[in-house]
Amino acid sequence: MALHCGKTCRQYLLHLAHDSVDFRLPELKALLALRGRQCDPSEAFREKSPFWRLCGLLEEDVRSVMSRTVCGKSAFELWGHGRTAAELKSSLLEYPIEKMTPFLQEESTYKINVYTFNKTLLFKDRIEKIDALGFLPFKGKVSLKDPDHIFCLLEDYGLDPNDIPEEPFHIYFGRWVADGQRELIRSHSVKKRHFIGNTSMDAGLSFIMANHAKVKAHDLVYDPFVGTGSLLVACSHFGAYVCGTDIDYNTIHGVGKASRKNQKWRGPDENIRANLRQYGTESFYVDVMVSDASKPVWRKGALFDAIITDPPYGIRESTRRTGSHKEIVSPPEDFSGESHVPVSMAYHLSDIFADLLNFAAHHLVMGGRLVYWLPIYRPEYCEEMVPLHPCLSVISNCEQTLSSHTSRRLITMEKIKEPEKSDVLAHLADSRFSPYQGHNSFREKYFSGITKKNGKGSERTATTESDGF
Amino acid sequence: MIQNSGRSGCLNTEGEVHATEVKVNEVEFNPQFVSRMIPKLEWSALIQAAEGVGHRQDLPDTLVSNYENDEDFLHKVHRVLLEVEVIEGSLQCPESGREFPISKGVPNMLLNEDES
Repeated sequence: MALHCGKTCRQYLLHLAHDSVDFRLPELKALLALRGRQCDPSEAFREKSPFWRLCGLLEEDVRSVMSRTVCGKSAFELWGHGRTAAELKSSLLEYPIEKMTPFLQEESTYKINVYTFNKTLLFKDRIEKIDALGFLPFKGKVSLKDPDHIFCLLEDYGLDPNDIPEEPFHIYFGRWVADGQRELIRSHSVKKRHFIGNTSMDAGLSFIMANHAKVKAHDLVYDPFVGTGSLLVACSHFGAYVCGTDIDYNTIHGVGKASRKNQKWRGPDENIRANLRQYGTESFYVDVMVSDASKPVWRKGALFDAIITDPPYGIRESTRRTGSHKEIVSPPEDFSGESHVPVSMAYHLSDIFADLLNFAAHHLVMGGRLVYWLPIYRPEYCEEMVPLHPCLSVISNCEQTLSSHTSRRLITMEKIKEPEKSDVLAHLADSRFSPYQGHNSFREKYFSGITKKNGKGSERTATTESDGF
Repeated sequence: MIQNSGRSGCLNTEGEVHATEVKVNEVEFNPQFVSRMIPKLEWSALIQAAEGVGHRQDLPDTLVSNYENDEDFLHKVHRVLLEVEVIEGSLQCPESGREFPISKGVPNMLLNEDES
């Protein structure tokens, strides 16, 4: 399957939301891979454009992608396109009439929408554009409410809101096939979720992560830093069975201080299971445990179809593990009085990721994916810092900027071979191991950037909602 | 190092499961999921755990062949895998004898500072 190939093959137009732009192509590739389809962008492909032409696909492939994507708004069977209205017209006249007529029947109803990206049109201009399509052999009746067929004229006025052209750069016309799943962003919003924590993953991103991981029905998915289970909610929505572990007893048991503004303590129905129940996916709940991710308790062998997680960055949730150490970091105060973590020891960020990759190499099925967030101090970032493992191959690396000096990257890896004894310590010899170690002082760098801006001497500054930490 | 794979309902543990409170939930049966899980389980460990919590019923000692098409058999595995849940009890490591408590359905696998 190609993106933006020549004119002769049957094409579909994907209209994407202009949101999480870097995450869109990996999402599409993963969803096509679930259908056994490859995806090769041609040279003409403009990734930042909200309109992508796909060829070499069947309608079922497109419907399948749309049933999962949160980056894609709608998909159309493309009947014509061009850089001017004249080009569009000749393109439409070239489209085989026998492919059009089934949808233009006399007994059917239809409507035509006009969508303009990066420009607002007056109502009369829209009507004019629809009228200009009068040369098409529509025989049915127009019905704005519940028509049998919906068509769309889509115009691309570029990506610069400060420089909007008079005429569009590109125009498309097609028959609507399906909408994407962006509604999930609203329906599964963390604002309405029963059980949340300080770092619960935003709904849109959690579904994108599930898609990057190629989660599918009947899979077994694991989150080793499960927190309040936001990622499990998304995976269970796609039919996967889910389990998770976390070192924090209170979060797993759903007790302790609440994260909501007007709430002091957590209520009785606040736990991961209750979150799944809220969305009707409780039957996919397998198990959660209180466990230290640096000391896994799982039996040897490939168990999980996917591992999806958001490890702590040390900003709003501390990075810790069990064990004793000379410099003991005392656990935070909590309600129940017993922290259930015997001693908290610093868990360096570079170790978290080395352990995570090693765990994934041993416990993922072959071809299974690991998807996780990697916090980055931007002034020092280079691609070499992305942790590697001989048994895992990097599929994608998407940045979400959080501030001028910090971002996080969603890394997707796929298991390509079974680990051998020599692989366990391979990362220590890896020259790339050292670059990320600089991030062990990520917390200091994160706050140093903020205090520099404020010109204050204090170490702590309140983090804002937009940080995403 | 403890080696077990946990599912509170029924554990692929090489150690013993003790339960003082067990609950049986009703969970929607999904034969495809159960079929895919079976090769990942250690059958003898599953039987041992099921026995330990008193819910072995008539699961066989060894795995039957062609289980993917045996819906009755899949139902029994489904029950023990997803429906039987240990609410209060413990998991015992076969090597060290160390017991990990299970409370409100959640095992606590954390070791104390002197144990790691």
